[in-house]
Amino acid sequence: MEWITVLNYPVYLAIFICIYGCLAIGLNIQWGYAGLFNAGVAGFFAIGAYASAILTSPWAEGRLGGFDLPFPVGLVGAMLLAGLLAWPIGKICLRFRSDYLAIVTIGVAEGIRLVARSEEWLTNSARGISAIPRPFGDLPYAKAQLVYLGITALILLVAYVLVQRQAVSPWGRMMRAIRDNESAAQAMGKDVPYRRLEAFILGSALMGLAGALYVHLARTITPDAIDPMLITFLVWIMVILGGAGNNRGVLLGAIIVWVIWSTSEIVTDQLPSEYALKAKYGRMFLIGLLLQLVLRFRPEGILPEKLRKESREERPMGEQASATQATGNIIN
Amino acid sequence: MDMHSFINFFLLPGIVQGSIYALGAIGITLVFAIMRYGHFAHGDLATFGAFIALAFTTVLGLSPYAALPLAVLATGVFAVALDRLFYAHLRAMPKIITTIASFGVALMLRSFVQVVWGVNTTSYTRGITRPENWFGIRVKSHEIVTLLVAIALVVALHLFLTRNKWGKAMRAMSDNPELALFSGVDNGKVIALTWIIAGGLCAASGFFLGLNTELKSLMGWNILLPTFAAAILGGVGRIEGAIVGGLIVGIAEELSVLVIPGEYKVMSAFGILLLVLLFRPTGLFRGKVL
Repeated sequence: MEWITVLNYPVYLAIFICIYGCLAIGLNIQWGYAGLFNAGVAGFFAIGAYASAILTSPWAEGRLGGFDLPFPVGLVGAMLLAGLLAWPIGKICLRFRSDYLAIVTIGVAEGIRLVARSEEWLTNSARGISAIPRPFGDLPYAKAQLVYLGITALILLVAYVLVQRQAVSPWGRMMRAIRDNESAAQAMGKDVPYRRLEAFILGSALMGLAGALYVHLARTITPDAIDPMLITFLVWIMVILGGAGNNRGVLLGAIIVWVIWSTSEIVTDQLPSEYALKAKYGRMFLIGLLLQLVLRFRPEGILPEKLRKESREERPMGEQASATQATGNIIN
Repeated sequence: MDMHSFINFFLLPGIVQGSIYALGAIGITLVFAIMRYGHFAHGDLATFGAFIALAFTTVLGLSPYAALPLAVLATGVFAVALDRLFYAHLRAMPKIITTIASFGVALMLRSFVQVVWGVNTTSYTRGITRPENWFGIRVKSHEIVTLLVAIALVVALHLFLTRNKWGKAMRAMSDNPELALFSGVDNGKVIALTWIIAGGLCAASGFFLGLNTELKSLMGWNILLPTFAAAILGGVGRIEGAIVGGLIVGIAEELSVLVIPGEYKVMSAFGILLLVLLFRPTGLFRGKVL
């Protein structure tokens, strides 16, 4: 079994990439397709984590729980609860420009953290919830990790395929139309607030799913396990760097950002302890700077959103020429 | 509850906290109205200003009150530099992109403070100041200073915006940027001026927050939500609205402990924000809605 333990770190890394991939696809639906600024990604992540933890964990003294439900029920519960939370928020904020949604979602994330901290009957406050089951968690460590990677990868793949199908369907085109020109889309008879709400709820549900996947990996959750600013920010940089509006792009962004973030920790951990803590904050500074650089030099991301215009350019030369001629004629 | 304890435990702390929010909210409302985006680094800029003041007291040995004007000036100039570095090149893009950039700037400012000053709480002065007793109303000296300076800053800003040529240019750009441009207003200068004012007020709010409570790296982030709530409650673009909004949010927070558990005190600003967006998105003074 030697060979399998060598894989421990890469497998661990890959599981987190799958979890963040899920978050990134969720945010991509909201920002990439619908242009909604959700600054409370961590809040929806946390609510999914707690929902699944409460639904699947065994009975414990002094808090809600003991449902002992199977893993898939936890995942569905997490998605439902995150979506349910998104509904009233979206109802109130999506009539305005996204700045308002951003500040309100920051409030939501803070509120969830407060609830997790202070409601002992629900979340066991600071001590948190432990003994959360993991599917095939009885296997030896390395094997269990590998199996869990398989599960998260499969779930991410399903999420990706479903979202991608939506994105290339008329629904995806409609969302982009709403994002790029709200009044025109409205004039075409699209119900703009309703469609935005749809995208907001769908994206939030995926964030809840990611939270559930995380909690079954960690098997324990406390209010301080989720750093709201850090998680939210990492997901944002993944989406912007990878290419908002392109699902493959945001997954690439998730891989790049998480590998940089996680491996840089190995480097800073080698430092003497008085510098190690400062280096942690220094890493956060660099992540913030990375966002500024991407916005400055490549705002469309590494894999930009594919628009109709570009697919025309990919056609054979002759056809392209006639196509440009045709549009030229129309313009003239 | 008698009148004195109401004033001592709820009204006075609420007004002090409210004027801190008001100073921040004026900056948010100015940026919102003139540049048309929500500036999410405002809270962390306040933290930065508060720690710059701390640096003046520790390095130069100044008293906190002497450090305040220097910190206000330094943060104002720093805000202009932030704009040049991170926001200026995004002006042609949709405004929401700048909001995202400001979110990143918030993270950078916070990490900078954490690297330089650490994450432990600190304060400007050691020891406890005893409250003075005026006819049963107990008020601390730094609370009086907070109120007086806040009032002075607001009066100065009001005079500037109504009497000075550049102040009028700022208001013109807030009302209609294209028209202001055609009337010969230099947009670049107005933007720099707005940042000096917003950054300076931001430093003042961070300073007074640190003076009345304590200094820590998350202090500014924690007042971001109430400050935004104050600006939106007052009406985006309305200075007087930001002041009234700040005071209402501050007092509401203190009074909220009478009806909700103390842990959720900070959520009262969130509740106010949701109510305003639901029933009166233009705010009390009929501001803009973006």
